[in-house]
Amino acid sequence: MSNWQKNPILTIEHMTMRFGGLVAVNDLSFDVGRKDITALIGPNGAGKTTVFNCITGFYKPTEGRLSMNRNSGQEYLLERMPDFEIAQKAGIARTFQNIRLFGGMTVLENLMVAQHNTLMDASLFTFGGIFGISSFKNAEKQAIENAKSWLERIDLIDRADDPAADLPYGAQRRLEIARAMCTEPEILCLDEPAAGLNPNESNQLNQLLHKIREEFGTSILLIEHDMSVVMEISDHVIVLDYGEKISDGTPDFVKNDPHVIAAYLGVEDEEIEAVEEEVKKEKSS
Amino acid sequence: MEYFLQQLINGVTLGSIYGLIAIGYTMVYGIIGMINFAHGDIFMVGSFIALMTIILLGITALTPAFILLAALLLVLVLTMVFTAVWGWTVERIAYRPLRGSFRLAPLITAIGMSIALQNFVQTSQGATNKPLQPLISGGIKVIEGIVSDRVFVVQLSYMQMIIIVTTLVLMAAFTALISKTSLGRSQRACEQDQKMAALLGVDVDRTISLTFVMGAALAAVAGLMFLLYYGVIDFYIGFLAGVKAFTAAVLGGIGSLPGAMLGGLLIGLIETFWSGYFSSEYKDVAAFSILVIVLIFMPSGLLGKPEVEKV
Amino acid sequence: MSSSSNINYMAAIKDAVIAGAISLALFGTMIGLKIEVSNQGLDILHRWDAVGIAVAIVVTGRFLMSVFVWQTQNPVTDKIAALIPDIKIDAGSEKYVKIAVVVFAFALPFILLSIFGARGSRQYVDLGILVLTYVMLGWGLNIVVGLAGLLDLGYVAFYAVGAYSYALLAAHFDLGFWICLPLAGILAGFWGVILGFPVLRLRGDYLAIVTLAFGEIIRVVLLNWYEFTGGPDGLSRIPRPTFFGLEFTRKEGFADFFGLDYSSIHRIIYMYLLILILALITNFVTMRLRKLPVGRAWEALREDEIACRSLGINTRNTKLSAFAIGATFGGFAGSFFATRQGFISPESFTFIESAVILAIVVLGGLGSQLGVVIASIVLIGGFEFFREFEEYRMLVFGLLMVLIMIWRPRGLISGRIPSVYLKEKKTVSADLVAEGEG
Repeated sequence: MSNWQKNPILTIEHMTMRFGGLVAVNDLSFDVGRKDITALIGPNGAGKTTVFNCITGFYKPTEGRLSMNRNSGQEYLLERMPDFEIAQKAGIARTFQNIRLFGGMTVLENLMVAQHNTLMDASLFTFGGIFGISSFKNAEKQAIENAKSWLERIDLIDRADDPAADLPYGAQRRLEIARAMCTEPEILCLDEPAAGLNPNESNQLNQLLHKIREEFGTSILLIEHDMSVVMEISDHVIVLDYGEKISDGTPDFVKNDPHVIAAYLGVEDEEIEAVEEEVKKEKSS
Repeated sequence: MEYFLQQLINGVTLGSIYGLIAIGYTMVYGIIGMINFAHGDIFMVGSFIALMTIILLGITALTPAFILLAALLLVLVLTMVFTAVWGWTVERIAYRPLRGSFRLAPLITAIGMSIALQNFVQTSQGATNKPLQPLISGGIKVIEGIVSDRVFVVQLSYMQMIIIVTTLVLMAAFTALISKTSLGRSQRACEQDQKMAALLGVDVDRTISLTFVMGAALAAVAGLMFLLYYGVIDFYIGFLAGVKAFTAAVLGGIGSLPGAMLGGLLIGLIETFWSGYFSSEYKDVAAFSILVIVLIFMPSGLLGKPEVEKV
Repeated sequence: MSSSSNINYMAAIKDAVIAGAISLALFGTMIGLKIEVSNQGLDILHRWDAVGIAVAIVVTGRFLMSVFVWQTQNPVTDKIAALIPDIKIDAGSEKYVKIAVVVFAFALPFILLSIFGARGSRQYVDLGILVLTYVMLGWGLNIVVGLAGLLDLGYVAFYAVGAYSYALLAAHFDLGFWICLPLAGILAGFWGVILGFPVLRLRGDYLAIVTLAFGEIIRVVLLNWYEFTGGPDGLSRIPRPTFFGLEFTRKEGFADFFGLDYSSIHRIIYMYLLILILALITNFVTMRLRKLPVGRAWEALREDEIACRSLGINTRNTKLSAFAIGATFGGFAGSFFATRQGFISPESFTFIESAVILAIVVLGGLGSQLGVVIASIVLIGGFEFFREFEEYRMLVFGLLMVLIMIWRPRGLISGRIPSVYLKEKKTVSADLVAEGEG
């Protein structure tokens, strides 16, 4: 039995998301294994980002159950939580397909904002902070140290005081990941982290993700188009097409799955029908 | 019941005037995404120009009906033309230099323009009220009846008929203009994406200028109607009418033409009914409260496209 | 290369003629024809000479601008602009500028007193009080608009709540200024939360119109709730503040206690110092908040609300806190206004006040505290100085707002100073700073 079945950190059951008449995700169920790197792939418009938005609470799924099982054993039903609580309490952080940094704030400030909740508690919800209590000062120092260690990891320590919008594209992607990590998540959701990166940067990204998993034990869920990246780094791959899951398994399994080949390479209509019949047979047997 | 009907007629009339101004707000918002705060004052300028033309043409209540109507049509055209020049100039001076700049800058120039226009008219035309004797009187009795020994009459005055009909005609004309002509197409293209529209050969500056011209022309019509209906104007009428019309535009869903008209009607009806049944002092509070309540439940207004949050 | 050789005079003339034609259409109606109301009815006064002058000014102005500014390679305006120092405070010298400004502000009334004497300096100190009131209001609104990026067009509502709270508390419970001041601030903040709660999920211009609506609702209620607020007559005989219990009266007051000759300037200078300190407290608290998580969350909210939520920031509470704190400072300023005037009425709290305060914030440069000071001095100070031209000064005021904004769309002082740094505090260029959608 694979890790995601034995020890899931996130379980999605029968999730459906409709926008008016459009069914973006239909009856989707899958598990994300603890400490796995899980990839969500599929052609454009397959509903991958919608799945992300449902997990992180930006959309409320029309139907379905999304349960987060934290390392502490505590369970959270994500479909019932507002988006900010999912990051704050359930320990899920994310990045965005079109990078969303705080462009007018410096690199360091971006990482400080990510530690908002810790610092907010330390400042006694501002009332203590305004009088400069020492516990807040310590917490702030610690937050800066934490930010510094992240800047070293993503190789941006020299640009700490520059506005985030001034960074080159690849650095912005890395900063966004570091910022998400500063919220101390247990699952890191990355929406196309390698998009627009050159092979060298793409390689660095792979290393960063491995480092994150090894050092912090964070489970990673990512959406990716670049098959080479997916096959190289992930433990578990889920393939979506037209809002439905068409394959789920190890990279090797998925690579050889005829459904996936059909969806990616395109096949004649009759062949799809033939394949669908096969699937039906499999299900009924 | 009679009272209700009478209020309904009055409300629709007032709503038509608000709707005409609201269209100007909504068109400008749709195309450049800014609140044109000076639009209410363009309406005010329109009402002044209308009054001037009426005096110059020597129109009085004694003018025979047929000539009166023809003359008023001439007044309407002249007012629209001259007010449109004001609308065009305001855009050219205060908004065009800030095109593509950050969002609050044109808002501030709009407020500045509004202050400047108000005070310009105050200094050039004087601060006193400008009353006009009613030119069109009489009307038709819709319902006449006796309720508990008192005669009740529900009246639709000719003036109200003129206002409602003119509004309907202009609404139809403008809807056709936007949906059928190439100008309308350019406008809709600029609404979607100015850069792309420019790349495809749409003269963006010209399209935006024409939008302001059209908005000002409609505000001028509203100015004339206001003058004829209420019979008194001053340099300050633009502010309140502008705020109400903007409220109407937002209520209907800003950016949507039918929404502006619907919002205008609703604001007009709410005000009239509130004054009729409760107190006229709090009619503005009623209108604004309805706006707040509607927006809380429908954050994009009644007919606005719901804003799907792009993540 | 000589610049004059490439000037196309024909084009300039053509342009000027077109401008003349348009201005003829504009002024021909609004200046040329004056509607006269008389007993006989309406009449038109023709003033074509005035139109001629106005059109001539436009034509020559446009022609000169064409030749000397738009068409030349070294326009005159550049030379004029070069005379005005480019105010870009870099992070290092900012501190010294601030200290200098504060010291000067404290010394100002005494300098004026020594120059003009007790009688002559009064109007200048009064003007100083007025400017400082707007500085404080601007700083309060800066939290909402400049930091959190929420467009508030009804800020004057909280100013009104503060003023009326003070006046009513003082009248009904016989409380002094120093007790009423914090109470008025708290009440205004409370109103900020109440009004903010339902509307803060609205975005952009929807938020703007709703805040405007709330401002108007409060004003209309103040105007019509006669028993409570005095309606259009307002409230009068609002108690003046005391100096540690000493009143500024002719007998047994501040002057007697310190053995000074009684003079009304004492109270005015006291008022000046009072509003200066209140304003400085506003500034201090704001600067402090900027460096706290809540302040950083405000700015992050302005930059990208969705990213904020993905980081676990409760955006609703963050917005509410900005609204409430901004409102509290507005309330403080309001109660100061009430005690200074001794009389308040709804007339002082119209939309135009909100617009002026917002203009101060935007003209000064969003988020810039020093910008607010400069904009207040330019707008309010300038406005009061042209008192003799009563008729035209609002007209000029409006046009000035347009001109400054076109000249500097990002405000007089642009650029954002980071709240925290590792090695070097570098000013962030204003072009990178977002302005918020809320």
